[in-house]
Amino acid sequence: MVGAEGPIAVAHTTGSDGTDVAHPTREQYHALVAQYRADGFETCADLCGVDYLTHPGRSGLPEGIKPERFEVVVNLLSLQLRRRVRVRVQVPEDDPVVDSLIDLYPGTDAMEREVFDLFGIRFSGHPDLTRILMPEDWEGHPLRKDYGVGRVPVQFKEAPGPR
Amino acid sequence: MNERREPQGPTRLVASPARLHRVADVAETSEGAQELAPGSPEAFLRVGEAAVGELGTGAVGRTGQIDLERPDDETMIINMGPQHPSTHGVLRLMLELDGEVVLRSKPVIGYLHTGMEKTGEELTYVQGATNVTRMDYLSPLNNELVFSLATEALLGIELPERATWIRMLMSELNRISSHVMWLATNGMDLGSTSMMIYGFREREMVLAFFEKTTGLRMNHNYIRPGGVAADLPDGWEDDVTVICDTIEARTYEYDELLTGQPIFRERTIGVGAISAADALALSATGPILRSTGVAWDLRRDMPYLAYDQVDFDVIIGTYGDNFDRYAIRLNEIRESIKIVRQIVEKMPGGDYRVQDPKVTPPPRARIDESMEALIHHFKVFTEGFRVPEGEVYTAIESPRGELGCYLVSDGTSKPYRLHIRAPSFVNLQSLPVLLRGGLVADAVATISSVDPVMGEVDR
Repeated sequence: MVGAEGPIAVAHTTGSDGTDVAHPTREQYHALVAQYRADGFETCADLCGVDYLTHPGRSGLPEGIKPERFEVVVNLLSLQLRRRVRVRVQVPEDDPVVDSLIDLYPGTDAMEREVFDLFGIRFSGHPDLTRILMPEDWEGHPLRKDYGVGRVPVQFKEAPGPR
Repeated sequence: MNERREPQGPTRLVASPARLHRVADVAETSEGAQELAPGSPEAFLRVGEAAVGELGTGAVGRTGQIDLERPDDETMIINMGPQHPSTHGVLRLMLELDGEVVLRSKPVIGYLHTGMEKTGEELTYVQGATNVTRMDYLSPLNNELVFSLATEALLGIELPERATWIRMLMSELNRISSHVMWLATNGMDLGSTSMMIYGFREREMVLAFFEKTTGLRMNHNYIRPGGVAADLPDGWEDDVTVICDTIEARTYEYDELLTGQPIFRERTIGVGAISAADALALSATGPILRSTGVAWDLRRDMPYLAYDQVDFDVIIGTYGDNFDRYAIRLNEIRESIKIVRQIVEKMPGGDYRVQDPKVTPPPRARIDESMEALIHHFKVFTEGFRVPEGEVYTAIESPRGELGCYLVSDGTSKPYRLHIRAPSFVNLQSLPVLLRGGLVADAVATISSVDPVMGEVDR
């Protein structure tokens, strides 16, 4: 998969923390991470999702990358290079599917399940994509921005209390 | 023999995409089936190949003697937890047993999930530390620290030196209290109730100092964006020195109580072993990774705060077993004491928080005499402060491993997305590898050696 086509050309930016951020397309995503793995990034430190529903015009995206509602953010760590790299891939709302990284980094198992559980983003190739934090029969994906925050109504002194 | 166990080089982990795909189809139709399908090769595949990548040495070698293809009626699936006294909270484990030997296992979590990441999006950056501090309740100050570092990276503010060193002092004391607590619970899991009493006793010393400094024993909200909440109390050097002297002397008592004790050694040496390749593949960090011989400590390798100005050793193990993890934590207490002693010597003077009117409320004394100061104070604590747009990932070495914070700001006073990379959550994935081929009686000790804090796992 990697090597035959040579290095994959993706747009790069720099995050607020100075980390190199790569912005692959969904098609390049898996191959790019595989390339990073071959380049010495031994471990996947973190994988999380972001829902940009109410903040669509975010800055920091390079030219040519169309902002979508969801983003999957992967933080790779190289122990030998003592370096981090971040991969941000755009995931559209109408087809929230990206490739699973579980064949490259088995440690993304629980992280991808968490993103699926809380954002509803599917990872094709994940062998056990089930809810991990929420109950099995839960409806909806709580970390989506259109998922309401539960509230207890404020009880004022005048309101009839439970007496 | 099972052909999947034959070593075929590193490519075999993607050897049968068709089978992987079939399993995925099944999963897609049932969103929540938390099932450990009895004896199904697909489920084993997850633990044996997918979940451990190109292993081949550790886990497979150990389980080579176990016939994983035995008929279903010869194995038994038992459920352990969530209300089990030794699962460190509400961890549930499904174990497939062949007699007393654990074949497959699957941790089931979520019993403590309260949506703290979602809550974090509703709280301002000023309030945020009160939220994250409750995640890993055994090292609350580290949680506050990583959140504050992430916020400060977005704000682009430089902290006064004293604030940095106070943070380092508190973080190291927290590491001591967390590891001592781990020694206590691990001792209890192995039947050493005296170790439990001693561990809690030592932890209480550190917590007493925390109470004196921060006002609370736990969930301090002490390390905040912009510095710390208050300066150290008068005479803190003496308090800290007493803590260091006492606990250091007592670590040698633990040596006598546990390290050389035949029963303890029998029950921990060679139990729950993991190889370095497996630990890396499973993203394990902290004492689990270091127990396999990988010298990786963010304090040394990617220094934050002022860790590059203190001298300490990174403790590593060799065999990746429970005893190595015990020895690492015990010695890390000593290393932390070493760091704390250097901090006492080198603590610089100056301010304990940044004097930036944007993020820092005015001093208490000025509020009484100045209306503007009162308004300013009110604004900081109700509206908070605006944080420039951007995204940042910061990571620190918590007692359990890499504690990361991915923070996205949309330019308002509340985080747009607050994600905590919880070391316990990720480390728990290595549990099926650690447990495989071991005895069910050792499972309790092995769970303990992962040191999961369920508040952090479920967030």
